[in-house]
Amino acid sequence: MAQEFWRWEESRWNSPDIDWRKEDVITAGVDVGSVSSQAVIMVDGEIYAYANMRTGSDSPDSARNVMKWALEGTGMTVDDIHYIIGTGYGRVNVPFAHRTITEIACHARGANFMYGPTIKTVLDMGGQDCKAIRVDDKGKVTNFLMNDKCAAGTGRGMEVFAELMGVPIGDVGDISLDIDEEPDPVSSTCVVFAKTEAVGLLRAGWLKNKVLAAYCSAMAHRVYTLLERIGVEKDFGITGGIAKNKGVVKRLEKELGLTALTPKHDTQLAGAIGAALFGKGLVEKSRKAG
Amino acid sequence: MGYIANYGYADGSGTWYVIIDSGKCDGCGKCVEACKENVFEVITDDYDDLVAIVKQEKRKSVKYLCNPCISATGKENLPCYLACEKGAIKHSW
Ligand code: SF4
Ligand code: SF4
Repeated sequence: MAQEFWRWEESRWNSPDIDWRKEDVITAGVDVGSVSSQAVIMVDGEIYAYANMRTGSDSPDSARNVMKWALEGTGMTVDDIHYIIGTGYGRVNVPFAHRTITEIACHARGANFMYGPTIKTVLDMGGQDCKAIRVDDKGKVTNFLMNDKCAAGTGRGMEVFAELMGVPIGDVGDISLDIDEEPDPVSSTCVVFAKTEAVGLLRAGWLKNKVLAAYCSAMAHRVYTLLERIGVEKDFGITGGIAKNKGVVKRLEKELGLTALTPKHDTQLAGAIGAALFGKGLVEKSRKAG
Repeated sequence: MGYIANYGYADGSGTWYVIIDSGKCDGCGKCVEACKENVFEVITDDYDDLVAIVKQEKRKSVKYLCNPCISATGKENLPCYLACEKGAIKHSW
């Protein structure tokens, strides 16, 4: 089979130290995005297990599969979980969820957990869209904006680009930074136009690293304009898959004049973590109400 | 305390967002009736409050939906602004 340059690494983990049977509140968040799906299981507010995989063509199946993978080998079943929240683009298609919450609120909450309460501005660079979110010290949204029209500057756009350039997606960032001089950004980050433009640049004799630099820089600028609208206050952190792309992150940091916080967890998990935390809050509330 | 929600998009021609302040909005639904383009709906949000939002399927076209309205009445007298006693609705342009 030909190499698939877009393919990023799926992953799963569970804590060897936590005995979930002894814990009080078990909740899960399932984030079904257009490109990737995550399930995070939390016990008493700590991450116990997670899985991160590509979304299939069928959302309910993707939700079931990612949950099954997260549970694998833990002895836990879906019925042991007190509350499950679905989020993301496909959140209405999580058949076993007790409730859905939007990805905006979940990413805000998840970022607060991942980066700590000092975070005030969150940029989520997901598979299908980008969101700029301002949050308070509890992880509650105070202002948000997303670009509802164009899928540019997203994980899907990056996948298409990696494939086109024949560069493994995990290497795009590093290769794009391996340049002597920063080229002008490609004029469009729209997947379709950027593709044509990139092909043109390659034909004109540009090396791959330079074309990648021009693309990463265009993406960075595009999300910069989103952030500018809601106003950036530090601390600033990024969630979603593109947070792993240094070529975009470094250029964005430069434009903002700010350094993004270093993530303690896989940035793709933020939405599912936030969802699981919402679940914990709801369980505690209902127990208190008796 | 509420949050400011920006619904819409930015493109080469400008910044097109309908902005709703959930801290001011009480979910009365008057904007829903006032807007002939059916831009709004009232939902229960993630924090369990009633609030107006811009419908998902309208977010990609707020520029085209609102511009005729803006040229007809001027920005001060938009049906949605007049309907909203709380002053919760704004446009970014
Ligand atoms: S400006 Fe007109 S079309 Fe736009 S939301 Fe207000 S009432 Fe509706
Ligand atoms: S009229 Fe104003 S207060 Fe009432 S639902 Fe609409 S935005 Fe909210």
